[in-house]
Amino acid sequence: MSEQLVFAMEVTLNGLMSGVLYALVALGFVLIYKASGIFNYAQGVMALFAAMTLVGIMNGQVPFSHLINAVFGGHITHFGWNLPGALAIGLTVGVMILLAWLVQVLVMRHLVGQEPIILFMATIGLAYFLEGLADLMWGSELKTLDVGLPQGINLWIDETTFQIFDYGFFIDNLDLVATVIAGLLVAGLVMFSQYTKQGRAMRAVADDHQAALSVGISLNFIWVLVWSLAGFVALVAGIVWGTKSGVQFSLSLIALKALPVLMLGGFTSIPGAIVGGLIIGVGEKLFEFAIGPLVGGATENWFAYVLALVFLVFRPQGLFGEKIIERV
Amino acid sequence: MFYREAGDFKTSYVADGQTFPIRFDRMRYYAVLVAAFGVIPFFINDYWANAILLPFLIYAIATIGLNILVGYCGQVSLGTGGFMAVGAYGCYKLMTTFPEVSMIVHVLLSGGITAAVCVVFGLPSLRIKGFYLAVATLAAQFFLVWLFNRVPWFYNNSASGQISAPEREVFGIVITGPNASAWATYLFCLIFLTFCALVARNLTRGSVGRSWMAIRDMDIAAEIIGVNPMKAKMTAFAVSGFFIGVSGALFFSVYLGAVEVGEAFGIQKSFLVLFMVIIGGLGSIFGSFAGAAFLVLLPVVLKVLGVDVLGWPTDIVVHFQLVIVGALIVFFLIVEPHGLAQMWRVTKEKLRLWPFPH
Repeated sequence: MSEQLVFAMEVTLNGLMSGVLYALVALGFVLIYKASGIFNYAQGVMALFAAMTLVGIMNGQVPFSHLINAVFGGHITHFGWNLPGALAIGLTVGVMILLAWLVQVLVMRHLVGQEPIILFMATIGLAYFLEGLADLMWGSELKTLDVGLPQGINLWIDETTFQIFDYGFFIDNLDLVATVIAGLLVAGLVMFSQYTKQGRAMRAVADDHQAALSVGISLNFIWVLVWSLAGFVALVAGIVWGTKSGVQFSLSLIALKALPVLMLGGFTSIPGAIVGGLIIGVGEKLFEFAIGPLVGGATENWFAYVLALVFLVFRPQGLFGEKIIERV
Repeated sequence: MFYREAGDFKTSYVADGQTFPIRFDRMRYYAVLVAAFGVIPFFINDYWANAILLPFLIYAIATIGLNILVGYCGQVSLGTGGFMAVGAYGCYKLMTTFPEVSMIVHVLLSGGITAAVCVVFGLPSLRIKGFYLAVATLAAQFFLVWLFNRVPWFYNNSASGQISAPEREVFGIVITGPNASAWATYLFCLIFLTFCALVARNLTRGSVGRSWMAIRDMDIAAEIIGVNPMKAKMTAFAVSGFFIGVSGALFFSVYLGAVEVGEAFGIQKSFLVLFMVIIGGLGSIFGSFAGAAFLVLLPVVLKVLGVDVLGWPTDIVVHFQLVIVGALIVFFLIVEPHGLAQMWRVTKEKLRLWPFPH
């Protein structure tokens, strides 16, 4: 087997794994979009906010300490405890639910019935707000997040592939774990929306707001639920990405990575998000591997978008999106 | 009392169709023009020019451009930063290749180049709309920034990857480079802004503008009554691209002088200009001015308040700025989705009757 082909296989595998991570972020978008028709640009910043809150709670940082010190003087920084990861994750989930409720009560409830594009812009505003708030609360320096996920090269895969191809594949343990987590999360979400009362209500709201209202489903509750779920997905994405590359501003840019995934897969489809994520993940890694060196590299920044753009010209609703029917 | 139309009789169609039909409004408009052209240049200094006036003028051009696309034609674009970069790099290439040609020609030409690029990236809008289009324009943003970063031809193989504006003159007055005086750069930008605003205002109330608005309100219905959607959308992208290109060229050559593409024309710039459009008011030329002024002034005011008055560290003020801008956008969308322009309209109605509202 030629060397190039083996390299390409390794690149494909890595692409599949990062595709799963993109899909993880894209899932949060799809959840909110399906249930409320809001395209939530703030999803990426929610992941950043969740990860920063998690780190802050684990290290026992005092929220707003920098601001308090600047206004009142003094040198408060830490409460002086270190919480175990599981407890901190639980608390962070609580914070994300509170955030979901606040978003619903303070923002989205007042915007019911507005045009989709207005709602989209409101979430951009929300993204700025959360970004500033997260920095004010926990400080903007780079933080490391360690909740005990394994990291580093997977030796078993390395040895096995070495025996077969004479070349050991480099696969990060973290990527493997992330793939498993994403799989579990998707399975859990599907189970939730198919087999629980709230899940059914959620699907009913996604189908038709008025019909759902008329059979006694509380829209407010469902929306808080959906935003909480999206917050939870954001937390999971934040943990995985935060462990991978540290918790800092660039974490929120994963939202930008998820957008082409959504375009490719269709905004309304959970399987679409996953398949789209895989296509983009593999596509951009292979493109960078094959064409990148010829044109100066760093093609990952735009390849996904151009791919999605070209794709959309031929199929405007994405791979799995509902067919767009327009009436005058 | 103000804004009364009683006693202000129109005797011709031209008078009836003018931009400011109310006399008080018209006088105010002339007063602003006189002040902007005849008074401010004599009192301007470097701080005012660089901190407030130049960014305001340049962003106002970009905002008018984006407003034509988003507010008048309903095609949401997140590629403004990339298109401004096209204007800037186009201007740079022209300035260095044809040093003897006047800056006015360069700026206009780079607007034209940007219009062409904008039309190419606007082609998908014929097939896709709404969010899909918004995200598709991000492709332009990322691709263009990458292109200017990676292809050395665009920055003349300079070692730092930056482009910096050489010294150029218009009618013997230095406009670009470190030796340009504040009043000259100010007037140069002001002339372009006035020109762009006049063109935009007259396009949007003519047949082209009406076809844009028909497409915005409902594209299928517009197509049925005979508006050509391709022509309408492509002209909107072209005109918008021209204005954004002009603003990009001015932003680089006159205002900043030296530019690194990822920093100056990143995605943040796209959002900033979009916010100016939203806060100012979708589909309003006056709103474009108001939005640009608001978001240029806000950081300056916050910095003066936070750092100079309260004595807070700079990073806290920067974070607060994010929180406030975000909150303001949400607030505006909830209270007044049509932005500052709508508030101004309401105020005008109130002023018409004041002080006897019955």
